[in-house]
Amino acid sequence: MAATLLDKIWDPHVVADLGNGWSLLYCDRVLVHDLSGGRALQEVGDAGHAVARPDLVFATPDHAVSSAPGRTSETFPTGARLLAGLRKRVAETGVRLFDLGQDGNGIVHVMGPELGIVLPGTTLVCGDSHTCTNGGVGALAFGIGASELRHVLATQTLPQRKPRSMRIRFEGNAPDGVTPKDMILAAIGRFGAAAGTGYAVEYAGSAVRALSVEGRLTLCNLSIEMGAKMGMVAPDETTFAWLKGRDFAPKGTVWDAAVAAWRDLPSDDGAVFDRDLLIDMRDIAPQITWGTSPEQVLPITGRVPDPADAPDAEKRGAWEAAIAYMGLTAGAPIIGTKVDWVFIGSCTNSRIEDLRAAAAVLRGRRVASHVTAWVVPGSERVKHEAESEGLDRAFLDAGFEWREPGCALCVAANGEAVPPGARCVSTSNRNFVGRQGTGSRTHLASPAMAAAAAIEGAIADVRQFAA
Amino acid sequence: MDKFTRVSGPAAPMLRANVDTDVIIPIQRLVGTGRTGLGPYAFERMRYNKDGSDNPDFVLNLPQYRDSPILLAGPNFGCGSSREGAVWALMGMGFRAVLAPSFGDIFFNNCFQNGLLPIALPEDVIARIATETEAAQGARHTVVDLARQVVVTPEGAEIPFSVDARKKEALLEGLDDIALTLRFKDSIDAWYAADRKARAWAWESVER
Repeated sequence: MAATLLDKIWDPHVVADLGNGWSLLYCDRVLVHDLSGGRALQEVGDAGHAVARPDLVFATPDHAVSSAPGRTSETFPTGARLLAGLRKRVAETGVRLFDLGQDGNGIVHVMGPELGIVLPGTTLVCGDSHTCTNGGVGALAFGIGASELRHVLATQTLPQRKPRSMRIRFEGNAPDGVTPKDMILAAIGRFGAAAGTGYAVEYAGSAVRALSVEGRLTLCNLSIEMGAKMGMVAPDETTFAWLKGRDFAPKGTVWDAAVAAWRDLPSDDGAVFDRDLLIDMRDIAPQITWGTSPEQVLPITGRVPDPADAPDAEKRGAWEAAIAYMGLTAGAPIIGTKVDWVFIGSCTNSRIEDLRAAAAVLRGRRVASHVTAWVVPGSERVKHEAESEGLDRAFLDAGFEWREPGCALCVAANGEAVPPGARCVSTSNRNFVGRQGTGSRTHLASPAMAAAAAIEGAIADVRQFAA
Repeated sequence: MDKFTRVSGPAAPMLRANVDTDVIIPIQRLVGTGRTGLGPYAFERMRYNKDGSDNPDFVLNLPQYRDSPILLAGPNFGCGSSREGAVWALMGMGFRAVLAPSFGDIFFNNCFQNGLLPIALPEDVIARIATETEAAQGARHTVVDLARQVVVTPEGAEIPFSVDARKKEALLEGLDDIALTLRFKDSIDAWYAADRKARAWAWESVER
């Protein structure tokens, strides 16, 4: 029978059938971070268990570390305690740690693929909802809670129900200014923030095949904002070329065997998906969110919706609340809305291609004087690669701050925040109420759109900023 | 994990869609805090005024809902971040069951891990329970009975709900997941031994 990519990864990972649709699933890799990693490792020990496979667990501090230039682990004292706990527990258990400032450190979903920790056909879990990002290399990767994390650390497995399968095909060539971020925001806008609940989403179609691995990671990153805890792209020659030679990727003849196995992973012709959706790339323009859910998104030429036009009372209430929180005017064009902050970073858009795209818009231009603009590279390697290309100078010359790797303003868990009432165009993944700090107002967009907003001092159309 | 059998009390209505876990518990409260003591911070950005006093317009601050053990919620409740602190905060506030048309996947799993029962019910049923609760003015309550898998509305209608058999047993018995899985230790080891040969590429460069 024709099988999907999901089937081909899921089925061989079933250790035991637990009945009632439950499987005990083997987890090939576990990523842990400073926010919950130290505590989880400690709790496993406190409960009298050993960490089952410390060699399959990889730790990196990212959530609660300062991104200030010249930062140390002590710069944010609350986070320093979490990091101290993580260091202590990895030392006790033998888990690999990529510590602050060391090669390999970075946002967990940036460093995982970057080091070749996550590979096509593997299963990967992490106590972070954006673990779906890692599906961009053709892995089955999903976020879990603290209890499930403890369970994985103690057993290397998780009881799970197989999700239903969804395919979203993006067909055609990307129009001017349209990036992977715009593709996935447009999909969430069209299908809704809960469309993927209970599904693993496979992104396919000619526009996805044309994407770099970085772009595929961005695409998969926002799966959870559509409700899907897993998103993936079938591996292909682009994936293999990108992974070859990475630290934890297989080497020599084992690499050849890996590639041979990976070539069998793509969904078979004729494979049936529980839900199969199609997006014509011609219908996508650069996107910007207007509200407090990622589904509240517009093409840059759009207008803030009028609650009077809402399809039902529930939506009307949600739109009214979002418009009030965001300080917008119903029916007004979104373009030209004044912004105070711009943030380029996060596990969504902090990779080298993201920084190149933003820098291309910025060269020869200046950030508007009233805008605070930050760029936070996703990892030490991204930072150094960007510096070797002179991207740091492009950002600094334009008036951006060039900062240290971490989650920073995406989640505001590190003492850094967008001030109350301030409006931020952000390349991150969540425009939730208070996400970037109490009272902060977030508009999600691509790195190039964020750069354009920084220059204009207002929400702007990147297509008017040809490099 | 806390056992769950039967819960009775006023059902508090917070019916808007897409209530995310950032709204349920801000991340700043999870940096340097453990599982306990999060109750006062649940929904804090809606619950309190800037000066720290209670926002009288927030539904869970209304006198009739202050001690509610049951939350009536809108579609996609608990979407977003995987933070289990959202469940700890809700339980810290006294909730033992959440009734919503749909839930965020990770939140839904996290609920069961802690003894908070998430029940998916159609939107009109939830609206009806909210209406009946308001009309009852505290004289009659909503009951959630896990063993029988019914929600009894304030007016006495019995509404069946489905719950995963494995999760139900774990809740009723307060079972420890890890101990259950370790019964399969031999299967896990056998799986790995076989896979180590079949997929050497997945293991060779990480083992040590």
